[in-house]
Amino acid sequence: MSDVCIVGAGIHPFGRTEGRDGMDQGIFAVRQALADSGIEWKDVQFAFGGSAASGSADNMVSQLGLTGIQFINVSNGCATGGSALNAAVSAIKSGEYEMGMAVGFDKHPRGVFNADPSEYGLPNWYGEAGYMLTVQFFGAKIMRYLHEHNISRETLGRVAEKAFRNGVKTDHAWRRSEVDLETIMNAPMICDPLTKYMFCSPAEGAVALILASEKKARELGVPIIRLKTSVMRTRPAGSFEVFAASIDNERGGTATEIAAKAAFEQAGMGPEDIDIAQLQDTESGAEIMHMAENGFCKPGEQQQWLLEGRSDITGALPINTDGGCLACGEPIGASGLRQVYENVIQLRGTAGARQVQGDPKTAYTQVYGAPGVSAVTILQR
Amino acid sequence: MNAQPIADNLFTADMGALVGARNKETGHIFFPLPLNPNNDIEPIPLATRGTVWTYTVQRFPPKPPYIGPTDPEKFKPYVVAYVSLPGQTMVESRLTGIEPEDVKIGMEVEFTVIPLDPDAPPEEKLLIHAFKPVEGE
Repeated sequence: MSDVCIVGAGIHPFGRTEGRDGMDQGIFAVRQALADSGIEWKDVQFAFGGSAASGSADNMVSQLGLTGIQFINVSNGCATGGSALNAAVSAIKSGEYEMGMAVGFDKHPRGVFNADPSEYGLPNWYGEAGYMLTVQFFGAKIMRYLHEHNISRETLGRVAEKAFRNGVKTDHAWRRSEVDLETIMNAPMICDPLTKYMFCSPAEGAVALILASEKKARELGVPIIRLKTSVMRTRPAGSFEVFAASIDNERGGTATEIAAKAAFEQAGMGPEDIDIAQLQDTESGAEIMHMAENGFCKPGEQQQWLLEGRSDITGALPINTDGGCLACGEPIGASGLRQVYENVIQLRGTAGARQVQGDPKTAYTQVYGAPGVSAVTILQR
Repeated sequence: MNAQPIADNLFTADMGALVGARNKETGHIFFPLPLNPNNDIEPIPLATRGTVWTYTVQRFPPKPPYIGPTDPEKFKPYVVAYVSLPGQTMVESRLTGIEPEDVKIGMEVEFTVIPLDPDAPPEEKLLIHAFKPVEGE
């Protein structure tokens, strides 16, 4: 079967844009993606899109043009973008369509995401007594991981330091200045062992990707970036997810582990074949855990990786080359697609100051979120 | 009127333990008892001693739906742990009677109840679950 190709990519800068709502940021990204691929809106045969907090994506047609396009809304929490992409790939693979779009956008208020216990099947006391905070989950989960695998707290700091260092070189990033390790480590603690600089913030932003069959991509004459696989998986038994009033004594695997395994199988590759990776880094600990869950190292090896700079832009496997969520912030609907956008730019060799050297040919993304969903893609030039 | 539990069905009648849920078919035990449990689920008292599997510290006053003290001047960071109850499940719970800096993974703890707001008048106090270090350990 021929590959699905990414023939256009557009992004609205992440962070805070006063006076422009989430959907308008989405429109911005779509127009950029259309221009990038040299096509017009009327050429787009279908779209999958979503946002968590900025309205129904299909309403974009009122600004983009009433072409009668099939436009399906996707609502899959933190995996919204990944799921939209996944669905778009299937639509082309099926042979029904030749060219379509995946789009994600969002604009969240400042501060920690507020959550309602009843939406998670939890009693009211859970929120009233002070457990309904995502940051507690992140702290508790990485606290155990560091303990189990003998990883230093400083390793968390090094992940954040790298993110901000990469963000400086990234046009679409929100945090554009470096923060040194000492400042990161001594910053106010949010939920132990994580300080303020080790968490990403809810933010704004949008990404649109134009996908096409290989035949169509060749007709367009654009650089061919193949989407070797796009996999989305939900959690297995015994995983440790947010807002859990209890977890099983018997521990299990993770959604990311099974998504990664399926993705590598489908692509006929292994972790050793990947040149660049964008991994979910809601907080520093997530990047550390995901390095191992995706198979790039063994649990416990992360400390040495970070010390040696192996995940730096100049390292053996650059991770989160645009600064990830830590430097870009997290607009839920757009976050997973930002990772893919960054890989498209890197594989084309047009990433400027943050360009990974050595002619990278394969690039990996993994997005993870509540309530235990993970989406992986592998791109190849 | 004395202090009241924050919710019904959270504690056993004597307030001596948490009420968990057991699936009669599979034996799977979890917490809390669902608001509308189906016929496969039966309530069981959870063990009152366990070990700290992991923890974190809530360092800033939460927003609603939290109803405990939030005055930034008076807010006291609290420890949130997962306490492993042997043969049952791991329960998410505050730790009490210990400073955050002294908490260790693997330490033995036992069940207790504490007021959500220690400064509230006795009749307005809401009781929540917690675990405290086992004396003499």
